[in-house]
Amino acid sequence: MSDVKLAFVVQKPQYKGETSRLAITHAIAYQTVEILLEDGQTVTPKLCFIGEGVLGLQKGQNAMDLYGITSTESHMKNALLVDLDVLVCKEDLAKYGIPEDAMPNAEEMGADKSIQIVPFTEIQKAVEEAKHVLFF
Amino acid sequence: MGNLTIGCYPGLVGSMTYDFALKLADAAATKGHKVSIWFSGNATGSVKANQKHLKDYSTGEKYLKALLEKGVEICTCEACTVARGVKKDEGIPGIQWNAMHWYLAKIYSADRVLLIGGE
Repeated sequence: MSDVKLAFVVQKPQYKGETSRLAITHAIAYQTVEILLEDGQTVTPKLCFIGEGVLGLQKGQNAMDLYGITSTESHMKNALLVDLDVLVCKEDLAKYGIPEDAMPNAEEMGADKSIQIVPFTEIQKAVEEAKHVLFF
Repeated sequence: MGNLTIGCYPGLVGSMTYDFALKLADAAATKGHKVSIWFSGNATGSVKANQKHLKDYSTGEKYLKALLEKGVEICTCEACTVARGVKKDEGIPGIQWNAMHWYLAKIYSADRVLLIGGE
């Protein structure tokens, strides 16, 4: 058994570019990586949103209706459904005036996990525990 | 020797970031390191074959072929690539097409990972 811990640190706002969206989809892909690894080998990403990366995460998005694309909200819910740890920086939410209860959850879809709104020190801890850190 | 995995996201034309990623891969492979490159986002447009190398613009094909010859593994995100209108049979031979878990699998065994971001 061998697990490689990763920290995906998202610093760019959703929708402004593609990279911040790709961070979420790449992290979700951890669920199927086992088909390319040996038995017992796993990859465990933590998805961390800091700085401007906390922008565009709020619930109530209508990207499908308005632009015909899946919303960041739906991707966040999918991330929770596949048991990813999703950390959002508490200080940065406060900095942009985003209430903590504006973060989406996937309870209605049966997810066991919720978005964790944590102080930056917790995100720093996730970064320190990771073997590799990927900045998006 | 080490094992380097590079995630490359910027577009071929518009900045020198893509060029830098390939130069870095070449330098590492020349030193004997095992190198794999994952293309995602706008970088996936660069896997189309028959690129015309105009001197005012960066080119991917020539350098990608050279990297493949050096044993560098290169894979493009299939979803990102087809979204840009590039079909698999139009791609540069030797470049793999796969899903995002390919990148995570390469990261698993990498000594170092570099994510060279997009826009």
